[in-house]
Amino acid sequence: MGGCASCRLELPEKGTKPMTGWFDRLKKGKSAAQSEAVTRGLLIYPDTSTVMHVEQILKEEGYDIRVVCPPPKYRTGCDLSVEFSFADAPEVTKMLKVIGLAPMAVLPVSGNGMKPLELYRTKDFGRYLMVRAANMKITLDKTDNTIVNISGGGCPDIPQVAREMVGKSLSEAPEPGMIGFSLCAYSLNMAYEELTRMVGGQ
Amino acid sequence: MLLLVGAVPIKDLPLSLGRIEPVRGGIGINGRVLALDRGTSTMMSVVCTICQEFGLEMPMALVAGDMGTRDGSMKIYDYLSDNLSEMDVSVMTFHYMMPDMKKNKEVLKRIEALEKRPILIADAGSMYVAKAGGQATAYDVFTPDVGEVAYLADEKAAHPTYTRGFIFHMEDDVPELIRRAYEGENAPHTLFVKGHVDYICQDGRILETVSQPCIEEMEPIGGTGDMITGTISALIYAGKSPLEACRIAARVNRRAGELSQPTPATQVVDIVKHIPGALKAVLETLK
Repeated sequence: MGGCASCRLELPEKGTKPMTGWFDRLKKGKSAAQSEAVTRGLLIYPDTSTVMHVEQILKEEGYDIRVVCPPPKYRTGCDLSVEFSFADAPEVTKMLKVIGLAPMAVLPVSGNGMKPLELYRTKDFGRYLMVRAANMKITLDKTDNTIVNISGGGCPDIPQVAREMVGKSLSEAPEPGMIGFSLCAYSLNMAYEELTRMVGGQ
Repeated sequence: MLLLVGAVPIKDLPLSLGRIEPVRGGIGINGRVLALDRGTSTMMSVVCTICQEFGLEMPMALVAGDMGTRDGSMKIYDYLSDNLSEMDVSVMTFHYMMPDMKKNKEVLKRIEALEKRPILIADAGSMYVAKAGGQATAYDVFTPDVGEVAYLADEKAAHPTYTRGFIFHMEDDVPELIRRAYEGENAPHTLFVKGHVDYICQDGRILETVSQPCIEEMEPIGGTGDMITGTISALIYAGKSPLEACRIAARVNRRAGELSQPTPATQVVDIVKHIPGALKAVLETLK
């Protein structure tokens, strides 16, 4: 996994040491925010699909992680990153490199990042059940568990994700997080997981 | 010229600028047919339908393939930055795009430098990036749904996925979300909030709500919001003010939904075909 040239993240030039510069600023600064202890780090990736893959692997390996919005300097407007315990940085980055999922950058952070919304709204239409997470909605025909509609979102992968899922049963349809690359696909994945949980994973 | 801008999920579609031709089952741009699905192609198809009804020249499209990997969206931003000054655009609609705040700011800078600034409409990813970059007030019309107006109301969120929980819980109070969006300067002059009740707002005030006919089954149908954005765009191009366009679009969308007798399993293509009939009926009523 290499960096994505089109992401326009303001990453350091090749050959520079991004973490050193950050630590230098940390040492020089005297503000309250900058004097906070750095206990967490961020793994930066070019797309949300990779972030979700890394999230799954690190959770399975038992690491204390969560997905968050990267800091403003590293933000394009549609980003996720993996927050982890900075003490685990050497072993986490080594393991990810071995499996071909090395991050574009590893950033030390202080304070809490903004978490994706993990709240749902449901609407029962009788035969049909709709679940919404953030701006994404997925609707199921309860009689045969067929996904009948996907609505919302503004990233261009969503129409294709919908095309691949609508008309298929919940068990046959691909997971949106596996076929989409955007934050809208990430939200849709949360709605999909909630819907699966509600119908008992049938 | 009415210019419609957006990325579409076709992997090998190069950057294309061309006049849109309505074709069976979709739209054609430079000989390439885009199926009428949800997203950019639905918005463009609706614009064509309404332009035909008004006898207007077909709009121009600037599209590129993007599967969510940013490549096509970046080409669109770059093309606009490099060429907008040579294009005679009077109305411009920005739609599905992978957000890139830096590039979007560059495009807006070029627009501000134009001798005659076009009317700017944004929805979907283009609306997300406008708000995330703190530039909502540079636009004329946004068309969010309730989940998206919650995002506009949250001054800290960089994408609807990051809307904070306490704001998500305020969704039953849409007027408060609208107030917060304007207060934070995260709404343009005209705001059309689509939903169970449509809210038509200007400069911080709710001027009208439209709630009839109420077709609950429209909510799960992907693409119905794209229909509204397309309708508003075409009506503004036809000479209506943004406010008038919103008032007509709310009624046309609801009427087209009613005519299609939808269920939550209905696909947007089956509603779009009722737009000409809905438009005629609404314009007649408003005479």
